[in-house]
Amino acid sequence: MSRLTVPKTFKLYIGGKFPRTESGRSIPVENQKGEIVAHICHGSRKDFRDAVEVADKAFATWSSMSAYLRGQILYRMAEMLEGRREEFAAAIQVTQQVTPATAKSEVEASVDRLVCFAGWTDKYQQILGCANPVAGSYYNFTIPQPQGIVVAIAPETPSLLGLVTCIGAPLCCGNSVIAIGSEAHPLATALFGEVCQTSDVPPGVINLITGAQQEFVEHIATHRQVGSVYAANVSKKTRTALEEGAADSVKRVHIRSIDEQSWYDRSIVASPWEIQPFVEMKTIWHPSSC
Amino acid sequence: MVSDTHMDMNWEYNPAPEKTKVSIAPKNKLFIGGSFVAPKSRSWFATVNPATEEKLADIACAGKADVHAAVLAAKAALPKWSKLSGSVRAKYLYRIARRIQERSRELAILETMDGGKPIKESRDVDLPLVAQHFFYYAGWADKLAYAFPGRETKPVGVCAQIIPWNFPLLMAAWKLAPALACGNTCVLKPAETTPLTALRLAEIIQEVGLPDGVVNIVTGAGDTGKFLAEHKNVQKVAFTGSTEVGKMLMRSTAGSGKKLTLELGGKSPNIIFADAAIDQAVEGIISGIYFNQGHVCCAGSRLFVEESILDEVVSKLTHRMRSLRVGDPLDKNTDLGAINSKTQLEIVERYMRTGVDEGAQLHEIHEERLPSRGYWCHPCFFTDVQPSHTIAREEIFGPVLSVMTFRTPQEAIMRANNSPYGLAAGVWTDKGSKIFEIAKDLDAGVLWCNTYNKFDAASPFGGFKESGFGREGGMQGLSPYLQLNNQKVNN
Repeated sequence: MSRLTVPKTFKLYIGGKFPRTESGRSIPVENQKGEIVAHICHGSRKDFRDAVEVADKAFATWSSMSAYLRGQILYRMAEMLEGRREEFAAAIQVTQQVTPATAKSEVEASVDRLVCFAGWTDKYQQILGCANPVAGSYYNFTIPQPQGIVVAIAPETPSLLGLVTCIGAPLCCGNSVIAIGSEAHPLATALFGEVCQTSDVPPGVINLITGAQQEFVEHIATHRQVGSVYAANVSKKTRTALEEGAADSVKRVHIRSIDEQSWYDRSIVASPWEIQPFVEMKTIWHPSSC
Repeated sequence: MVSDTHMDMNWEYNPAPEKTKVSIAPKNKLFIGGSFVAPKSRSWFATVNPATEEKLADIACAGKADVHAAVLAAKAALPKWSKLSGSVRAKYLYRIARRIQERSRELAILETMDGGKPIKESRDVDLPLVAQHFFYYAGWADKLAYAFPGRETKPVGVCAQIIPWNFPLLMAAWKLAPALACGNTCVLKPAETTPLTALRLAEIIQEVGLPDGVVNIVTGAGDTGKFLAEHKNVQKVAFTGSTEVGKMLMRSTAGSGKKLTLELGGKSPNIIFADAAIDQAVEGIISGIYFNQGHVCCAGSRLFVEESILDEVVSKLTHRMRSLRVGDPLDKNTDLGAINSKTQLEIVERYMRTGVDEGAQLHEIHEERLPSRGYWCHPCFFTDVQPSHTIAREEIFGPVLSVMTFRTPQEAIMRANNSPYGLAAGVWTDKGSKIFEIAKDLDAGVLWCNTYNKFDAASPFGGFKESGFGREGGMQGLSPYLQLNNQKVNN
């Protein structure tokens, strides 16, 4: 007699917890045969605002940790994902028409991406920052500092690798992140909170929302506590809406258009130049004569 | 032994005006495609010496058709200029730097006449920095690949550059030098009240033989800037000015794909701890707020004093403020010149009235006699200022300082960061660990520790939060003027 399975209830990941969406809405997820295999949360703007509250508090903790420690935590995330490769590969294949080999390689690339960003945590500063030879007796140097809360609008595909890349860059330089995951292929996002929660990521540093991306655009753009936005592969209309709304609080908006294959290329999506949009350069002067 | 007789001595300075005469053409045309051309708009406006209220010259007001012509000239010049080797572009910029140095006295005088700033500032601060900026970025033109390893560097294209009236020629240099070094062509719009030095720079550009159309200068007011920023052949907009206009530009360029950098307003905190070298700190506070009549986006306009030294600091500030000389900007001993325009004077005076109305205590010195004509404002500061007071929140852009107190470093940081702005900040303490901790925690793009208002071509400048984005100066000042494409790195 076959065993009755126990399907997982997918929820949001906000403030280190797994709440249901306050809206009570859900979206059925169909496999490629058209069968409903799961329901994911149809996150709301209120969920987003809640995430902003916790991300704001978490920013102080995360940004004041040593870069070395942030690196170890990101590496821990890679370790956790490594151990769950099959589960993620299966989740990808539920909605995406990909071969098992492709799904597997996406998960493996995601693990490696986390390792890559783990390594960047204590190195990008030396690449982006510098000492400046001013014409006077001053010690003058420029250092990158995190911006605060970064909202990432992840690409539709690759649903896991895109998500990991979009949160990895702002995360490794000390920002807290709220990600709106792939709308068409939400399972990887819905699962990924479990990797975060078991990796010593302080609560609120990473927040994951599933739902209809378009519902959040204006809200993200105009929320004054959000420091910047990383939007991948969005439409021209969304781009315009983000950039217009960002004017309210002079928010930084980083738009990237990246084809499927390029997400696998670290030199395109995981270079220090992809970290740069999520830092502010601070220049410090001090007299060097007395 | 010091005798008491010095108390009776007359410490008045004799007038020491800069007497060199600088000629100004009665009518100043637009600089488009390498020539000075009359505006198609047929419209002109007057530029006034704010210290005398006398008209200095008529200036062409560029209309839509003029802006269009300037953008097309820049577009036409782009292919050749962007394909020149970096070392050749460098040599053009070095030539400009050298001619600026040679003509610096003339430019400094003109700057002071048109804008009202003291000659000692335009001579000793603005002009040396202008020349240095061209000299510094000249050297980058053939070294861009080293600044961005692993990336291909390409010019952005035609740059629309809109600059303010507080450092007219310096802002022109901040905009033009990196843009040209990176192989872009430019259309620059100087501020309405201070167009003369930019037009003199156009002469220098002609003298050094810069190819026609690489730099175009269109004078006018807000509409001219708007036409320019919104022109479809512009690929990059760089703006220095108010946060309000910066936000308008963000909206008008949204979705256009234009690259944008903004250097906007500020309400910068200057924090002085009890363990600071107080006399030096007071000098820093004075230069932080009264430099250039306070017409400085990074002016240290919010002073946070550790509570235990408030009386001492206020008394030393009062003493020092008493010694500041307000008056003829062309006098070499003048500390504060004229307020840039009547409009700006009215804004500053309105803020001062608001400060009093909201309950803050005004400290000002009225001993010195001011010229009967011109726009003048005595340096002043307010005590008993609450964080909610208008003068503690809004950018005044004049010689008005708000003095507040704090008890702990955490309180100082929290109050300093409690502003939508984040341009600059000052910290004064003799304790090294404290200074770096505070510097790390303040939301500001420029941190002056035991100093204030220092600028250098090699030092990046620009803000956090609503003070804008992008950096000008230093290596970081290059990327706003480049398209940077990641190259494949084998790893």
